[in-house]
Amino acid sequence: MTTDPPSLGEIVQAMIDATPYARALGLSFVSFAPARVRMRAPYRPELVGDPESGVIAGPVITALLDHVCGAAVMSAMPVRQSVATLDLRIDYMRPAAVGRGVLAEAHCYKVTRSVAFVRAVAFEDDPEDPVANATAAFMIASDGGRRPGANLKPSR
Amino acid sequence: MSAPAAPVDEAALRARLAAVPFARFFGVDLELRGDELTLVLPYRDALVGNPVLPALHGGVVGALLEFAAVMTVGLRLGQAQLPKTIDINIDYLRSGRPTATFARAIVTRQGRRIASVSAEAWQFERADPIAALHGHFLLTPE
Repeated sequence: MTTDPPSLGEIVQAMIDATPYARALGLSFVSFAPARVRMRAPYRPELVGDPESGVIAGPVITALLDHVCGAAVMSAMPVRQSVATLDLRIDYMRPAAVGRGVLAEAHCYKVTRSVAFVRAVAFEDDPEDPVANATAAFMIASDGGRRPGANLKPSR
Repeated sequence: MSAPAAPVDEAALRARLAAVPFARFFGVDLELRGDELTLVLPYRDALVGNPVLPALHGGVVGALLEFAAVMTVGLRLGQAQLPKTIDINIDYLRSGRPTATFARAIVTRQGRRIASVSAEAWQFERADPIAALHGHFLLTPE
């Protein structure tokens, strides 16, 4: 009897499950394409930011966008390396629909030796009708290139 | 700077924060000394984003900064409703260690409809921030 190797989706979901904060928020993997990852944040009463309207809190969308951007960077790199957010800009266009989960899709459109650049959008059904947009830059190999001999490499 | 519309005490501000379900889930608290507001996030394992280092999740540090900005605007303006976030820009300066994190914000400009706010988060030393936020917040009409 043979066991199938885990799919990319299973790997990304396992990475979410290994991240305590992503697990606490209930983030889940949705789909994957090269350098593109889609994730979902669930609607839960404890994640509400405005008790009058019942709209999910902005910081939950922030965490979803940060996490999906990081996953897109990892998916765009040939070798698995740790990444760390350098900066994250988010525009909030409108409140998320009450009672519904929020999807986010990130595209890592450029990877250099030290930095990766990502765009992401959060929405319920249609990316053209966004809840929020994000642009982010990530440091690759968050050891900061401090491996032995790193200072001897010719600079470009 | 003009004084807030009405004196606000720490208990009233804390009740306002605790009225936000996500704030309770997140575990954030606040301290008010004079007019200086500090948001306090005790460490919990559930806040970790990188279990290998370990480091706080970027979304955790971002959330704390956003709470500091929103609560500071709410304190300064004495409005019944908390302002809505229009945009935020977060610089991550160093990784968040598994320890308590603090954040303070200043309103750099307050217009009729929009407040421009800067915030910083730190852990061990106030002068050594782990992240900084700048953002714009929509004031709700009274």
